Amino acid sequence: MAEVKVPVVRNILQANERLAAANRKRFDDAGIFVFNLMSSPGAGKTSLLERTVEGLADRVKMAVIEGDLQCSFDAERIQKKGVQAVQINTEGGCHLDGNMIQIALESLDLNELELLIIENVGNLVCPAEFNLGEHEKVMMLSVTEGDDKPSKYPLMFQLSSLLLINKVDLLPYIDCDVEKIRQRARQINAKQEIYEISCRTGEGLPAWFSWLEQKVRETKQTRQQN
Amino acid sequence: MHELAIAESLMAIVAEEGRRHDLQKVTIIRLQIGSMAGVIPEALTFSFQMVSQNTIASGAVLEIETVPVVAECTECGQRFQVVDQVFVCARCGKSEIKLASGRELSLVNLEGETRDGDG
Repeated sequence: MAEVKVPVVRNILQANERLAAANRKRFDDAGIFVFNLMSSPGAGKTSLLERTVEGLADRVKMAVIEGDLQCSFDAERIQKKGVQAVQINTEGGCHLDGNMIQIALESLDLNELELLIIENVGNLVCPAEFNLGEHEKVMMLSVTEGDDKPSKYPLMFQLSSLLLINKVDLLPYIDCDVEKIRQRARQINAKQEIYEISCRTGEGLPAWFSWLEQKVRETKQTRQQN
Repeated sequence: MHELAIAESLMAIVAEEGRRHDLQKVTIIRLQIGSMAGVIPEALTFSFQMVSQNTIASGAVLEIETVPVVAECTECGQRFQVVDQVFVCARCGKSEIKLASGRELSLVNLEGETRDGDG
């Protein structure tokens, strides 16, 4: 036996990064805008998707990939609205990864789409670490979760280009200071855009729809230029 | 919570490097993990013990160096360690920054045993 020291220097998640890059190429080749929607459980991701389908499905061709620990309730909720939804059950896994998305893409015809929404597993930690090939990370925080969350889960705030603060219709009844959320989020990620919304009342949703439509247009233009 | 997935990816890389360098056994695995990666070293060590059973890395020690979060101001170039998740330049007060470190999830080197040259 001979003892050896081997310098390696490799990113531990490089296998996932490679799969994410391959997914991204497929999205770009098809000219579709893809975002990765992340939040804690119960923040309102599926409600947002239902509202988004209602608001945009007649103008934007979209599909949804639903990540969940178990069950397919969420995909069924979306399918009822008339949009194609693929369910990924992670069987206890706390996040989606590039490989799961690659498999889910087999069920979708990307050339028929303009927008693909990936709803990640409800969790403010792990999903941030795993790229899926998306163009943007969008995160959602509901006001009932408290205004200290940006400081507790900085990575997700740092990586998300848009923060949706949901359930603002509940603000009169709870102790949550939206200005504090904004201030803390700004300290972590000054470039992050912030929209206050309520999926229940529809408040703030038009701004979200415009953001999405703008992204869909830009992605299509980029493809045509290349 | 994602330590198991990270341990599985790490095991795949260690096995690949083991084959490449003809290692019979891996004894030490050195990692750099950024503070922002949300990885708990104990959980990663525990997960790795599980996934490395009956492999060349069974019983290997994980030496984990935690890398602090350091940001660089894109306005004035100041480098500063981020405290309490405030990514604002300590010198000029701007928050146009880029991360210099803190997100590492890197394997740095391995120590192990090869078959003896004559053997």
